[in-house]
Amino acid sequence: MTDITRLTAAEIADRLTRKEISSVEATQAHLDRIAAVDGDVHAFLHIDSEGALAAAREVDDRRSKGEALSPLAGVPIAVKDVVATQGQPTTAGSKILEGWIPPYDATLVSRLRAAGLPILGKTNMDEFAMGSSTEHSAYGPSHNPWDLERIPGGSGGGSAAAVAAYEAPLAIGTDTGGSIRQPAAVTGTVGAKPTYGGVSRYGLIALASSLDQAGPCTRSVLDAALLHEVIGGHDPMDSTSIDAPVPPVIAAARKADIKGLRIGIVKEISGEGFQPGVQQRFEESVQLLVDRGAEVVEVSCPTFKQGLAAYYLILPSEASSNLAKFDAMRYGLRVSPEGVDSPSAEQVMAASRDAGFGDEVKRRIILGTYALSSGYYDAYYGQAQKVRTLIARDFAAAFEKADVLVSPTAPTTAFKLGDKLDDPMAMYLNDVATIPANLAGIPGLSLPSGLADEDALPAGFQILAPATRDDLMYGVGAALEAALFEKWGGPLTPPELTSATAEPTAKEALR
Amino acid sequence: MTTTTADAVLPYDEVLEKYDPVMGLEVHVELGTATKMFCGCATGFGADPNTQTCPVCLGLPGALPVVNAVAVESAIRIGLALNCQVAEWCRFARKNYFYPDMPKNFQTSQYDEPIVFEGYLDVELDDGEVFRVDIERAHMEEDTGKSLHVGGSTGRIQGADYSLVDYNRAGIPLVEIVTKPIQGTGERAPEVARAFVATLRDLLKALDVSDVKMEQGSMRCDANVSLMPKGATKLGTRTETKNVNSLRSVERAVRYEMCRHAAVLDGGGSILQETRHWHEDTGVTTSGRPKSDADDYRYFPEPDLVPVAPSRELVDRLRTTLPEPPAERRKRLQSAWGYSDLEMRDVMNAGAVEIIQETVAAGASPAAARKWWTGELARRANNEGKSVSDFNVTPAHVAELDGMVTAGRLNDSMARQVLEGVIDGEGSPTAVADARGLELVQDDGALEAAVDQVIADNPDVADKVRDGKVQAVGALIGQVMKAMKGQADAAKVRELLVQRLTS
Repeated sequence: MTDITRLTAAEIADRLTRKEISSVEATQAHLDRIAAVDGDVHAFLHIDSEGALAAAREVDDRRSKGEALSPLAGVPIAVKDVVATQGQPTTAGSKILEGWIPPYDATLVSRLRAAGLPILGKTNMDEFAMGSSTEHSAYGPSHNPWDLERIPGGSGGGSAAAVAAYEAPLAIGTDTGGSIRQPAAVTGTVGAKPTYGGVSRYGLIALASSLDQAGPCTRSVLDAALLHEVIGGHDPMDSTSIDAPVPPVIAAARKADIKGLRIGIVKEISGEGFQPGVQQRFEESVQLLVDRGAEVVEVSCPTFKQGLAAYYLILPSEASSNLAKFDAMRYGLRVSPEGVDSPSAEQVMAASRDAGFGDEVKRRIILGTYALSSGYYDAYYGQAQKVRTLIARDFAAAFEKADVLVSPTAPTTAFKLGDKLDDPMAMYLNDVATIPANLAGIPGLSLPSGLADEDALPAGFQILAPATRDDLMYGVGAALEAALFEKWGGPLTPPELTSATAEPTAKEALR
Repeated sequence: MTTTTADAVLPYDEVLEKYDPVMGLEVHVELGTATKMFCGCATGFGADPNTQTCPVCLGLPGALPVVNAVAVESAIRIGLALNCQVAEWCRFARKNYFYPDMPKNFQTSQYDEPIVFEGYLDVELDDGEVFRVDIERAHMEEDTGKSLHVGGSTGRIQGADYSLVDYNRAGIPLVEIVTKPIQGTGERAPEVARAFVATLRDLLKALDVSDVKMEQGSMRCDANVSLMPKGATKLGTRTETKNVNSLRSVERAVRYEMCRHAAVLDGGGSILQETRHWHEDTGVTTSGRPKSDADDYRYFPEPDLVPVAPSRELVDRLRTTLPEPPAERRKRLQSAWGYSDLEMRDVMNAGAVEIIQETVAAGASPAAARKWWTGELARRANNEGKSVSDFNVTPAHVAELDGMVTAGRLNDSMARQVLEGVIDGEGSPTAVADARGLELVQDDGALEAAVDQVIADNPDVADKVRDGKVQAVGALIGQVMKAMKGQADAAKVRELLVQRLTS
């Protein structure tokens, strides 16, 4: 029998429905896989074998009684550690929340539990989702299953790596500037950022509230759509949640019809500055869409050039405020300053924050505090918000000409761990293609478009759709995926991971 | 213990000779909604610490606010009652600063986009003069938690062994009403301040949006005071006296700050812009923290909340729910009841308008209703340190009592005894009168006999009356009443005595 962990979520669900396998078997298979390879990949920060198996047993039990179950019932899943899980640690990759166990579930976690998806554990991430490589995790980096010396993308590198390494068929990511799509691109997986407000943010430890969006990390477009339907939909606990039904994403992914669809290539996010191999795979994919009946138009979004700058003002501004609550007083890390006899609350707070926050987090808090300060607000935050409006207008104009927009997801394939750690600007540039969608609140999807010739590493293809038309991007994604699978004879498969493939010394050096 | 050397103050008349006061009042009102501003937690006062909390009002990582629609409606109704404009679209903002009992370390408030703005409130002073106070804005925000400092002798953080925080109050909806600078009050500034807060309190009570209990902190006033030398046009430096929690204190605090400012300015000093704390016991303010215009709260629009955009239909509907403005209502009732200005003011000051209205509705005459509630009952309540509402006396009781007096069944002193019985829980006035045997004697035979007996027993006094000293009859009336055990109509007794001695 095929190794369960090599199956897509849809395939596992199918076998569960036909009772060929049980959820306990599927869950155990993934727990075994985690035990075998996570020492190298380090996708997980916390593994909940007991809880996952208990949930699996319960869903098996319900199935045996003939109860009506959700389509993904019994399929295990991993959840990014920025999402609150009742009774299980949630750290957002930060020391400051080490050991914090939320007393409540995020809405999307409640929905996973209600739909019977066993939660395998919590995945690694850049601290408070700040980063594009998962090297900013306080608990050490995750490794790209395609090459353990390379980054798995960020901030959701743990979720993407877990899915790429067959440790989980499904994972939850969050995408503030590309943290679902960029890791998907560099790990050869599928990542979808729904329309802003399409999945509740209640229980997501906020990075930048106006940009954050949770979504699926999977190995197929259909799996992403299936998961999207489980976690999506209106939540009265989140004021910014869209009060409308989830768009018909599963139907769109199954239909995969692109005849007559206008595909817009955004001039500003392809071509120059993109790795040749990445660009080449992108162009071939566009051709495949044309072969399948789509029409291609070139569109221009001139203000995208300012998108990165606007993003790196808005994000730190909101983050500086969102992270103010971590004061070491009520939960998480508390550090007493050295050499002070009876320290004041302020001294304890300062010492705790110094010890509890990493450099990237401190950098952005300071940047955001400065940008919001009186006298600077108009010049920075205010200007950035204006750029945001212009970007939304650029998108609106582009969507007049095209039904969906496409680009490479990330400018390069996975770089080596440590390569850009000392160069924040170079790191920030990794999200240049994904950020505009967050600024405008529109949905985006990344799927693998093949391996770049230079390094035989995965390249990502990004599809953007108008707000609330998530179904469109799933339809195009599924059509492209089918065309690519036909060309390749199946999905891309990373090299086999055997234990101790990574040099332990190299890993240690990075911590 | 606040150890302070008393500040110098200038006598009030001297202050006014040299300076014009300018005030700005900020009144915080806790709304009486069933749930908090941004979550579904209960808002009851006095619950065990931290029993009315959830991830949202505790500011736990990941939790998100959702606006309480009832609080928005209350804020709009307050705005309409203050003659304000209602924003068609407004937002919440984050006010970022650190405070130990503020769980998110930012307060969700409104900054440059308040829900209502640009209104006024007409305030009537004791002598009937009406002063118009312009309203700058009223905005919505959330309350903070409460710190309790344990150990140490003062209950303040200095010297405490540790501090506890109760988050039950965190997230309770507040509306902050901010006046424009109030100028031109002259010597009446303290009085205007008190009257403004009092009028606002009555208005909010009539709107039924808050219990406006200043002593419990559900309504608190910050008073900004500055002085301008006579003839100057530039505003002076202000101080902000925080959380003044009674009407009397508002008046005293404003007056005190005027006198203190004047002393500083006269001495060639300058006023430090700062917050001040009011001390009820000593009647002085002490320095709080320095406050500058440069306080940087790093306001920005709250990204976790969608904008508030009240429809015009909603605003129109809310307008129909406004009560009659207290001032107009007062005029209408005074005229209907035939009270003098003084009588009406007594009734207002006693807070007895509602109860008198109910008593009159139950059949009592307005004069009797006023007499009982602001007289006998108020006096007794005052003596016992209670409020009239603590007694078992209802408007219907008072109306019944008045009916018995009017029908000649009780005289005044008997009516007081009946009322005492009602207060003691002996039942309705009729039941008390029956049980205690209180009923004016209507039998003329017994009365005439008593009159004749008293005349016979007091020949000297009787002769004086016969000689024309009619006022001497009082002594005889007393004797007759005593003989009748008080259960006689004094007027009738007098009539009989005079008849016997002068005919």
